[in-house]
Amino acid sequence: MDANARSAWLDRLLLALLVVLIPACLHAIFVVAPTEAKMGIVQRIFYFHVPSAFAAFAGIVLCALYSALYLWTRDRRYDTLACASAELGVVFCTIVLITGPIWARPIWGVWWTGEVRLTSTLVLWLIYVGYLLLRSNAENRDQAARWGAVIGIVGALDLPIIYKSVEWWRGLHPKVLKISGGQGLDPTMRHVFALCTLTFFLLFAHLLIQRYRLGRLADEVDDLMSARRRPSPAPPRPASWS
Amino acid sequence: MSYLRAVWLFAAKDLKTELRSREQVVTLLFFALLMLVVFNFAFDFTIIDFTTLGAGILWVCFIFSGVLALNRSFQIEREQDRIQGILLAPIDRSAFYLGKVAATVVVMSAVEAILVPLSVILFNFQFSDRIGIAIAVLILNTIGFAAVGTLFAAMTTRTRRGELLLPLLLFPATVPIALAAVKSTTHVLAGRPFARYSSWIGLSCAYDLIFLAAAVLLFDHVMEE
Repeated sequence: MDANARSAWLDRLLLALLVVLIPACLHAIFVVAPTEAKMGIVQRIFYFHVPSAFAAFAGIVLCALYSALYLWTRDRRYDTLACASAELGVVFCTIVLITGPIWARPIWGVWWTGEVRLTSTLVLWLIYVGYLLLRSNAENRDQAARWGAVIGIVGALDLPIIYKSVEWWRGLHPKVLKISGGQGLDPTMRHVFALCTLTFFLLFAHLLIQRYRLGRLADEVDDLMSARRRPSPAPPRPASWS
Repeated sequence: MSYLRAVWLFAAKDLKTELRSREQVVTLLFFALLMLVVFNFAFDFTIIDFTTLGAGILWVCFIFSGVLALNRSFQIEREQDRIQGILLAPIDRSAFYLGKVAATVVVMSAVEAILVPLSVILFNFQFSDRIGIAIAVLILNTIGFAAVGTLFAAMTTRTRRGELLLPLLLFPATVPIALAAVKSTTHVLAGRPFARYSSWIGLSCAYDLIFLAAAVLLFDHVMEE
Protein backbone atom coordinates (compact mmCIF):
# COMPACT_ATOMS: atom_id res chain seq x y z
CA MET A 1 0.00 0.00 0.00
CA ASP A 2 2.92 2.28 0.80
CA ALA A 3 4.39 1.90 -2.71
CA ASN A 4 0.95 2.58 -4.15
CA ALA A 5 0.58 5.73 -2.12
CA ARG A 6 4.03 6.87 -3.19
CA SER A 7 3.32 6.25 -6.90
CA ALA A 8 0.00 8.06 -6.58
CA TRP A 9 1.82 11.03 -5.08
CA LEU A 10 4.46 10.95 -7.84
CA ASP A 11 1.71 10.71 -10.42
CA ARG A 12 -0.08 13.76 -9.04
CA LEU A 13 3.20 15.68 -9.12
CA LEU A 14 3.75 14.66 -12.76
CA LEU A 15 0.21 15.66 -13.65
CA ALA A 16 0.66 19.07 -11.98
CA LEU A 17 3.91 19.60 -13.89
CA LEU A 18 2.29 18.60 -17.16
CA VAL A 19 -0.64 20.97 -16.64
CA VAL A 20 1.92 23.80 -16.52
CA LEU A 21 4.41 22.42 -19.06
CA ILE A 22 2.11 21.50 -21.95
CA PRO A 23 0.66 25.03 -22.41
CA ALA A 24 4.19 26.41 -21.86
CA CYS A 25 5.45 24.13 -24.63
CA LEU A 26 2.72 25.24 -27.04
CA HIS A 27 3.52 28.88 -26.28
CA ALA A 28 7.23 28.22 -26.80
CA ILE A 29 6.68 26.34 -30.06
CA PHE A 30 4.29 28.79 -31.69
CA VAL A 31 5.31 32.15 -30.18
CA VAL A 32 8.82 32.05 -28.74
CA ALA A 33 10.65 29.89 -31.29
CA PRO A 34 11.80 31.81 -34.37
CA THR A 35 10.48 30.73 -37.77
CA GLU A 36 13.11 28.71 -39.60
CA ALA A 37 14.68 30.66 -42.48
CA LYS A 38 14.35 28.08 -45.26
CA MET A 39 11.57 25.76 -44.22
CA GLY A 40 9.24 28.35 -42.73
CA ILE A 41 6.34 27.54 -40.42
CA VAL A 42 6.35 23.78 -41.17
CA GLN A 43 9.61 23.39 -39.31
CA ARG A 44 7.71 23.83 -36.02
CA ILE A 45 6.41 20.28 -36.35
CA PHE A 46 9.97 19.27 -35.49
CA TYR A 47 9.22 20.12 -31.82
CA PHE A 48 6.55 17.44 -31.79
CA HIS A 49 8.17 14.97 -34.15
CA VAL A 50 11.58 14.50 -32.57
CA PRO A 51 10.51 14.37 -28.89
CA SER A 52 7.87 11.78 -29.88
CA ALA A 53 10.58 9.76 -31.55
CA PHE A 54 12.63 9.92 -28.34
CA ALA A 55 9.61 8.79 -26.31
CA ALA A 56 8.86 5.96 -28.75
CA PHE A 57 12.45 4.84 -28.49
CA ALA A 58 12.27 4.97 -24.69
CA GLY A 59 9.16 2.80 -24.88
CA ILE A 60 10.92 0.14 -26.95
CA VAL A 61 14.02 0.09 -24.76
CA LEU A 62 11.97 -0.06 -21.53
CA CYS A 63 9.84 -2.83 -23.03
CA ALA A 64 12.96 -4.92 -23.72
CA LEU A 65 14.40 -4.23 -20.25
CA TYR A 66 11.19 -5.08 -18.41
CA SER A 67 10.72 -8.14 -20.64
CA ALA A 68 14.14 -9.44 -19.66
CA LEU A 69 13.42 -8.67 -15.99
CA TYR A 70 10.11 -10.52 -16.26
CA LEU A 71 11.70 -13.64 -17.74
CA TRP A 72 14.33 -13.52 -15.02
CA THR A 73 12.14 -12.90 -11.98
CA ARG A 74 8.69 -13.95 -13.25
CA ASP A 75 7.27 -11.00 -11.39
CA ARG A 76 4.05 -10.01 -13.13
CA ARG A 77 4.58 -6.34 -12.36
CA TYR A 78 7.52 -6.28 -14.77
CA ASP A 79 5.32 -7.72 -17.47
CA THR A 80 2.65 -5.09 -16.85
CA LEU A 81 5.37 -2.45 -17.22
CA ALA A 82 6.75 -4.09 -20.37
CA CYS A 83 3.31 -4.16 -21.97
CA ALA A 84 2.60 -0.55 -20.94
CA SER A 85 5.94 0.56 -22.41
CA ALA A 86 5.24 -1.24 -25.67
CA GLU A 87 1.78 0.36 -25.94
CA LEU A 88 3.24 3.82 -25.36
CA GLY A 89 6.01 3.03 -27.82
CA VAL A 90 3.36 2.29 -30.43
CA VAL A 91 1.39 5.47 -29.58
CA PHE A 92 4.42 7.78 -29.85
CA CYS A 93 5.68 5.92 -32.90
CA THR A 94 2.28 6.58 -34.54
CA ILE A 95 2.71 10.31 -33.79
CA VAL A 96 6.16 10.18 -35.40
CA LEU A 97 4.79 8.43 -38.47
CA ILE A 98 1.97 10.99 -38.84
CA THR A 99 4.00 14.17 -38.22
CA GLY A 100 6.91 13.00 -40.42
CA PRO A 101 5.05 12.94 -43.75
CA ILE A 102 3.23 16.24 -42.93
CA TRP A 103 6.68 17.84 -42.69
CA ALA A 104 8.17 15.90 -45.61
CA ARG A 105 5.46 16.87 -48.12
CA PRO A 106 6.33 20.61 -48.38
CA ILE A 107 10.07 20.16 -47.68
CA TRP A 108 11.04 17.07 -49.69
CA GLY A 109 8.09 17.30 -52.08
CA VAL A 110 6.92 13.77 -51.22
CA TRP A 111 4.88 12.24 -48.41
CA TRP A 112 7.05 9.19 -48.17
CA THR A 113 10.46 7.98 -49.35
CA GLY A 114 12.53 4.87 -48.74
CA GLU A 115 14.74 6.88 -46.41
CA VAL A 116 16.39 4.99 -43.58
CA ARG A 117 14.72 6.48 -40.49
CA LEU A 118 11.26 6.50 -42.05
CA THR A 119 11.49 2.93 -43.17
CA SER A 120 12.97 1.61 -39.95
CA THR A 121 10.40 3.53 -37.86
CA LEU A 122 7.61 1.95 -39.90
CA VAL A 123 9.11 -1.52 -39.50
CA LEU A 124 9.52 -0.89 -35.77
CA TRP A 125 5.88 0.19 -35.50
CA LEU A 126 4.79 -2.97 -37.33
CA ILE A 127 6.82 -5.18 -34.97
CA TYR A 128 5.26 -3.65 -31.85
CA VAL A 129 1.74 -3.74 -33.29
CA GLY A 130 2.48 -7.44 -33.85
CA TYR A 131 3.60 -7.64 -30.21
CA LEU A 132 0.24 -6.27 -29.02
CA LEU A 133 -1.69 -8.54 -31.41
CA LEU A 134 0.17 -11.66 -30.25
CA ARG A 135 -0.47 -10.77 -26.61
CA SER A 136 -4.17 -10.31 -27.21
CA ASN A 137 -4.32 -13.73 -28.90
CA ALA A 138 -2.62 -15.68 -26.10
CA GLU A 139 -4.64 -18.20 -24.14
CA ASN A 140 -3.93 -16.79 -20.71
CA ARG A 141 -2.15 -14.07 -18.80
CA ASP A 142 1.08 -16.02 -18.23
CA GLN A 143 1.36 -17.08 -21.84
CA ALA A 144 0.80 -13.49 -22.98
CA ALA A 145 3.51 -12.36 -20.58
CA ARG A 146 6.08 -14.94 -21.69
CA TRP A 147 5.39 -14.48 -25.40
CA GLY A 148 5.37 -10.72 -25.08
CA ALA A 149 8.73 -10.85 -23.32
CA VAL A 150 10.21 -12.96 -26.13
CA ILE A 151 8.97 -10.56 -28.84
CA GLY A 152 10.03 -7.54 -26.76
CA ILE A 153 13.59 -8.83 -26.57
CA VAL A 154 13.78 -10.04 -30.18
CA GLY A 155 12.32 -6.70 -31.40
CA ALA A 156 14.92 -4.66 -29.53
CA LEU A 157 17.74 -6.88 -30.82
CA ASP A 158 16.38 -6.51 -34.33
CA LEU A 159 16.22 -2.72 -34.17
CA PRO A 160 19.91 -1.88 -34.82
CA ILE A 161 20.12 -4.56 -37.53
CA ILE A 162 17.01 -3.21 -39.28
CA TYR A 163 18.44 0.31 -39.10
CA LYS A 164 21.79 -0.80 -40.51
CA SER A 165 20.25 -2.85 -43.30
CA VAL A 166 17.87 -0.09 -44.40
CA GLU A 167 20.74 2.39 -44.26
CA TRP A 168 22.75 0.26 -46.67
CA TRP A 169 19.70 -0.18 -48.83
CA ARG A 170 19.01 3.56 -49.21
CA GLY A 171 20.87 6.45 -47.99
CA LEU A 172 17.94 12.22 -47.08
CA HIS A 173 17.05 12.74 -43.48
CA PRO A 174 17.71 16.18 -42.04
CA LYS A 175 20.57 16.00 -39.60
CA VAL A 176 19.64 18.85 -37.31
CA LEU A 177 21.09 17.90 -33.99
CA LYS A 178 24.79 18.32 -33.33
CA ILE A 179 25.24 14.69 -32.32
CA SER A 180 24.20 13.46 -35.75
CA GLY A 181 26.60 15.80 -37.58
CA GLY A 182 24.27 18.60 -38.65
CA GLN A 183 25.07 22.27 -38.34
CA GLY A 184 23.11 22.59 -35.12
CA LEU A 185 20.21 24.69 -33.96
CA ASP A 186 19.70 28.32 -33.15
CA PRO A 187 20.00 28.75 -29.32
CA THR A 188 16.31 29.73 -28.85
CA MET A 189 15.25 26.76 -30.95
CA ARG A 190 17.50 24.56 -28.87
CA HIS A 191 15.88 25.73 -25.63
CA VAL A 192 12.37 25.22 -27.00
CA PHE A 193 13.42 21.79 -28.21
CA ALA A 194 14.85 20.88 -24.80
CA LEU A 195 11.61 22.02 -23.09
CA CYS A 196 9.53 19.93 -25.51
CA THR A 197 11.72 16.87 -25.01
CA LEU A 198 11.38 17.19 -21.23
CA THR A 199 7.59 17.58 -21.51
CA PHE A 200 7.24 14.57 -23.78
CA PHE A 201 9.33 12.43 -21.42
CA LEU A 202 7.20 13.53 -18.45
CA LEU A 203 4.05 12.81 -20.45
CA PHE A 204 5.48 9.40 -21.24
CA ALA A 205 6.22 8.76 -17.57
CA HIS A 206 2.73 9.94 -16.53
CA LEU A 207 1.01 7.71 -19.08
CA LEU A 208 3.26 4.80 -18.14
CA ILE A 209 2.30 5.07 -14.48
CA GLN A 210 -1.40 5.36 -15.39
CA ARG A 211 -1.23 2.35 -17.68
CA TYR A 212 0.73 0.39 -15.09
CA ARG A 213 -1.87 1.06 -12.42
CA LEU A 214 -4.64 0.07 -14.80
CA GLY A 215 -2.75 -3.14 -15.62
CA ARG A 216 -2.32 -3.92 -11.91
CA LEU A 217 -6.04 -3.43 -11.34
CA ALA A 218 -6.85 -5.73 -14.28
CA ASP A 219 -4.54 -8.35 -12.77
CA GLU A 220 -6.26 -8.04 -9.41
CA VAL A 221 -9.66 -8.52 -11.07
CA ASP A 222 -8.25 -11.57 -12.90
CA ASP A 223 -6.98 -13.07 -9.67
CA LEU A 224 -10.31 -12.50 -7.95
CA MET A 225 -12.20 -14.06 -10.85
CA SER A 226 -10.00 -17.17 -10.96
CA ALA A 227 -10.21 -17.48 -7.17
CA ARG A 228 -14.00 -17.49 -7.48
CA ARG A 229 -13.96 -20.08 -10.26
CA ARG A 230 -11.61 -22.41 -8.38
CA PRO A 231 -13.51 -24.93 -6.21
CA SER A 232 -12.22 -23.39 -3.01
CA PRO A 233 -12.87 -24.81 0.45
CA ALA A 234 -16.17 -23.51 1.78
CA PRO A 235 -15.74 -20.22 3.62
CA PRO A 236 -16.13 -20.44 7.39
CA ARG A 237 -19.74 -19.85 8.30
CA PRO A 238 -20.69 -17.11 10.68
CA ALA A 239 -21.14 -18.49 14.20
CA SER A 240 -24.77 -17.37 14.45
CA TRP A 241 -25.86 -19.85 11.72
CA SER A 242 -25.02 -23.01 13.67
CA MET B 1 22.67 -38.37 -25.37
CA SER B 2 24.73 -35.50 -26.65
CA TYR B 3 23.10 -32.22 -27.53
CA LEU B 4 23.95 -32.38 -31.23
CA ARG B 5 22.58 -35.90 -31.48
CA ALA B 6 19.31 -34.70 -29.98
CA VAL B 7 19.17 -31.87 -32.55
CA TRP B 8 19.85 -34.36 -35.32
CA LEU B 9 17.16 -36.77 -34.07
CA PHE B 10 14.54 -34.03 -33.92
CA ALA B 11 15.41 -32.84 -37.44
CA ALA B 12 15.57 -36.42 -38.78
CA LYS B 13 12.15 -37.22 -37.31
CA ASP B 14 10.54 -34.32 -39.17
CA LEU B 15 12.42 -34.98 -42.39
CA LYS B 16 11.58 -38.68 -42.34
CA THR B 17 7.89 -37.86 -41.97
CA GLU B 18 8.23 -35.41 -44.82
CA LEU B 19 10.14 -37.85 -47.01
CA ARG B 20 7.42 -40.47 -46.58
CA SER B 21 4.45 -38.23 -47.16
CA ARG B 22 6.09 -35.56 -49.34
CA GLU B 23 2.99 -33.46 -48.78
CA GLN B 24 4.76 -30.32 -47.62
CA VAL B 25 7.45 -29.96 -50.28
CA VAL B 26 4.98 -30.70 -53.07
CA THR B 27 2.39 -28.22 -51.80
CA LEU B 28 5.00 -25.51 -51.16
CA LEU B 29 6.57 -26.07 -54.53
CA PHE B 30 3.28 -25.69 -56.38
CA PHE B 31 2.44 -22.62 -54.37
CA ALA B 32 5.81 -21.03 -55.16
CA LEU B 33 5.58 -22.05 -58.82
CA LEU B 34 2.11 -20.52 -59.02
CA MET B 35 3.52 -17.27 -57.66
CA LEU B 36 6.28 -17.32 -60.25
CA VAL B 37 3.68 -17.71 -62.97
CA VAL B 38 1.64 -14.83 -61.52
CA PHE B 39 4.76 -12.64 -61.53
CA ASN B 40 5.43 -13.73 -65.07
CA PHE B 41 2.02 -12.31 -66.00
CA ALA B 42 2.33 -9.26 -63.78
CA PHE B 43 5.58 -8.00 -65.28
CA ASP B 44 6.46 -7.89 -68.95
CA PHE B 45 9.87 -9.57 -69.08
CA THR B 46 10.31 -8.78 -72.75
CA ILE B 47 10.89 -5.18 -71.60
CA ILE B 48 12.32 -5.61 -68.11
CA ASP B 49 15.62 -7.39 -67.66
CA PHE B 50 15.13 -10.29 -65.25
CA THR B 51 18.25 -9.44 -63.25
CA THR B 52 16.69 -6.19 -61.98
CA LEU B 53 13.51 -7.82 -60.61
CA GLY B 54 14.39 -11.51 -60.49
CA ALA B 55 15.94 -11.63 -57.04
CA GLY B 56 12.93 -9.86 -55.53
CA ILE B 57 10.49 -12.19 -57.26
CA LEU B 58 12.36 -15.30 -56.20
CA TRP B 59 12.60 -14.17 -52.59
CA VAL B 60 8.92 -13.23 -52.37
CA CYS B 61 8.17 -16.78 -53.52
CA PHE B 62 10.62 -18.30 -51.01
CA ILE B 63 9.42 -16.17 -48.11
CA PHE B 64 5.71 -16.76 -48.74
CA SER B 65 6.16 -20.49 -49.16
CA GLY B 66 8.45 -20.40 -46.11
CA VAL B 67 5.63 -18.94 -44.02
CA LEU B 68 3.40 -21.82 -45.12
CA ALA B 69 6.13 -24.28 -44.11
CA LEU B 70 6.55 -22.59 -40.71
CA ASN B 71 2.82 -22.57 -40.06
CA ARG B 72 2.86 -26.37 -40.50
CA SER B 73 6.13 -26.82 -38.63
CA PHE B 74 4.66 -27.40 -35.16
CA GLN B 75 1.43 -28.96 -36.41
CA ILE B 76 2.72 -32.56 -36.08
CA GLU B 77 3.42 -32.01 -32.41
CA ARG B 78 0.12 -30.30 -31.77
CA GLU B 79 -1.87 -33.22 -33.13
CA GLN B 80 -2.74 -35.74 -30.43
CA ASP B 81 -0.73 -33.70 -27.94
CA ARG B 82 2.63 -35.17 -28.94
CA ILE B 83 4.21 -32.01 -27.63
CA GLN B 84 3.79 -33.32 -24.08
CA GLY B 85 6.15 -36.21 -24.85
CA ILE B 86 8.79 -33.84 -26.13
CA LEU B 87 8.41 -31.49 -23.21
CA LEU B 88 8.75 -34.40 -20.78
CA ALA B 89 11.91 -35.78 -22.46
CA PRO B 90 15.08 -35.10 -20.46
CA ILE B 91 16.59 -33.06 -23.29
CA ASP B 92 17.35 -29.39 -23.50
CA ARG B 93 14.37 -27.82 -25.24
CA SER B 94 16.57 -25.67 -27.43
CA ALA B 95 17.63 -28.94 -29.16
CA PHE B 96 14.01 -29.29 -30.23
CA TYR B 97 14.14 -25.73 -31.58
CA LEU B 98 17.38 -26.26 -33.51
CA GLY B 99 16.00 -29.53 -34.92
CA LYS B 100 12.93 -27.70 -36.17
CA VAL B 101 15.08 -24.94 -37.70
CA ALA B 102 17.24 -27.54 -39.46
CA ALA B 103 14.19 -29.38 -40.83
CA THR B 104 12.62 -26.11 -42.05
CA VAL B 105 15.87 -25.03 -43.72
CA VAL B 106 16.06 -28.40 -45.53
CA VAL B 107 12.43 -28.20 -46.69
CA MET B 108 12.78 -24.57 -47.84
CA SER B 109 16.09 -25.34 -49.57
CA ALA B 110 14.47 -28.25 -51.40
CA VAL B 111 11.80 -25.88 -52.71
CA GLU B 112 14.47 -23.33 -53.68
CA ALA B 113 16.59 -26.00 -55.39
CA ILE B 114 13.71 -26.80 -57.73
CA LEU B 115 12.34 -23.28 -58.13
CA VAL B 116 15.60 -21.60 -59.17
CA PRO B 117 16.24 -23.92 -62.17
CA LEU B 118 12.57 -23.58 -63.15
CA SER B 119 12.81 -19.78 -63.09
CA VAL B 120 15.97 -20.03 -65.21
CA ILE B 121 13.81 -21.69 -67.87
CA LEU B 122 10.77 -19.48 -67.32
CA PHE B 123 12.60 -16.15 -67.38
CA ASN B 124 15.60 -16.95 -69.63
CA PHE B 125 18.53 -15.94 -67.52
CA GLN B 126 21.91 -17.52 -66.92
CA PHE B 127 24.17 -17.74 -63.94
CA SER B 128 25.64 -21.23 -64.32
CA ASP B 129 29.16 -20.00 -63.50
CA ARG B 130 28.08 -18.60 -60.11
CA ILE B 131 26.19 -21.57 -58.69
CA GLY B 132 28.45 -21.98 -55.64
CA ILE B 133 27.96 -18.46 -54.33
CA ALA B 134 24.25 -18.55 -55.25
CA ILE B 135 23.75 -21.63 -53.07
CA ALA B 136 25.64 -19.99 -50.19
CA VAL B 137 23.46 -16.85 -50.43
CA LEU B 138 20.25 -18.90 -50.54
CA ILE B 139 21.18 -21.06 -47.55
CA LEU B 140 22.52 -18.23 -45.38
CA ASN B 141 19.34 -16.20 -45.76
CA THR B 142 17.06 -19.21 -45.45
CA ILE B 143 18.69 -19.99 -42.09
CA GLY B 144 18.03 -16.46 -40.81
CA PHE B 145 14.42 -16.60 -41.93
CA ALA B 146 13.85 -20.05 -40.45
CA ALA B 147 15.62 -19.13 -37.18
CA VAL B 148 13.24 -16.28 -36.33
CA GLY B 149 10.30 -17.97 -38.05
CA THR B 150 10.56 -21.13 -35.96
CA LEU B 151 10.75 -19.16 -32.71
CA PHE B 152 7.63 -17.16 -33.68
CA ALA B 153 5.79 -20.19 -35.09
CA ALA B 154 6.23 -21.98 -31.76
CA MET B 155 4.06 -19.20 -30.27
CA THR B 156 1.63 -18.36 -33.05
CA THR B 157 0.62 -21.94 -33.90
CA ARG B 158 -0.88 -22.19 -30.43
CA THR B 159 -3.31 -19.36 -31.02
CA ARG B 160 -6.58 -19.52 -32.91
CA ARG B 161 -5.52 -16.99 -35.54
CA GLY B 162 -1.94 -18.26 -35.71
CA GLU B 163 -1.80 -18.55 -39.47
CA LEU B 164 -2.52 -14.84 -39.80
CA LEU B 165 -0.38 -13.80 -36.86
CA LEU B 166 2.85 -15.47 -38.00
CA PRO B 167 3.39 -13.36 -41.14
CA LEU B 168 2.35 -10.22 -39.24
CA LEU B 169 5.12 -10.82 -36.72
CA LEU B 170 7.65 -12.43 -39.00
CA PHE B 171 7.76 -10.08 -42.00
CA PRO B 172 8.77 -6.94 -40.11
CA ALA B 173 11.26 -8.86 -37.97
CA THR B 174 12.95 -10.39 -41.01
CA VAL B 175 13.29 -7.13 -42.96
CA PRO B 176 17.11 -7.26 -42.69
CA ILE B 177 17.13 -10.80 -44.10
CA ALA B 178 14.76 -9.85 -46.93
CA LEU B 179 16.95 -6.85 -47.86
CA ALA B 180 20.21 -8.79 -47.61
CA ALA B 181 18.77 -11.71 -49.56
CA VAL B 182 17.37 -9.60 -52.39
CA LYS B 183 20.46 -7.38 -52.65
CA SER B 184 23.00 -10.19 -52.64
CA THR B 185 20.93 -12.36 -55.00
CA THR B 186 20.62 -9.40 -57.41
CA HIS B 187 24.39 -8.98 -57.42
CA VAL B 188 24.90 -12.73 -57.95
CA LEU B 189 22.41 -12.80 -60.84
CA ALA B 190 24.08 -9.78 -62.45
CA GLY B 191 27.49 -11.40 -62.03
CA ARG B 192 29.02 -8.56 -60.08
CA PRO B 193 32.28 -9.03 -58.09
CA PHE B 194 31.97 -10.49 -54.58
CA ALA B 195 33.35 -7.32 -52.97
CA ARG B 196 30.20 -5.47 -54.10
CA TYR B 197 27.94 -7.54 -51.87
CA SER B 198 30.25 -9.01 -49.25
CA SER B 199 28.85 -6.61 -46.62
CA TRP B 200 25.33 -8.01 -47.25
CA ILE B 201 26.66 -11.55 -46.78
CA GLY B 202 28.24 -10.36 -43.53
CA LEU B 203 24.90 -8.90 -42.42
CA SER B 204 23.12 -12.21 -43.14
CA CYS B 205 25.77 -14.12 -41.16
CA ALA B 206 25.45 -11.71 -38.21
CA TYR B 207 21.64 -11.93 -38.30
CA ASP B 208 21.75 -15.74 -38.36
CA LEU B 209 24.13 -15.93 -35.42
CA ILE B 210 22.38 -13.29 -33.27
CA PHE B 211 18.91 -14.74 -33.66
CA LEU B 212 19.90 -18.40 -33.42
CA ALA B 213 21.65 -17.55 -30.14
CA ALA B 214 18.75 -15.41 -28.86
CA ALA B 215 16.21 -18.06 -29.80
CA VAL B 216 18.18 -20.85 -28.12
CA LEU B 217 18.14 -18.78 -24.92
CA LEU B 218 14.48 -17.76 -25.21
CA PHE B 219 12.92 -20.98 -26.50
CA ASP B 220 12.52 -22.45 -23.02
CA HIS B 221 10.17 -19.62 -22.10
CA VAL B 222 8.14 -20.13 -25.26
CA MET B 223 7.52 -23.84 -24.72
CA GLU B 224 6.58 -23.72 -21.05
CA GLU B 225 3.12 -25.14 -20.43
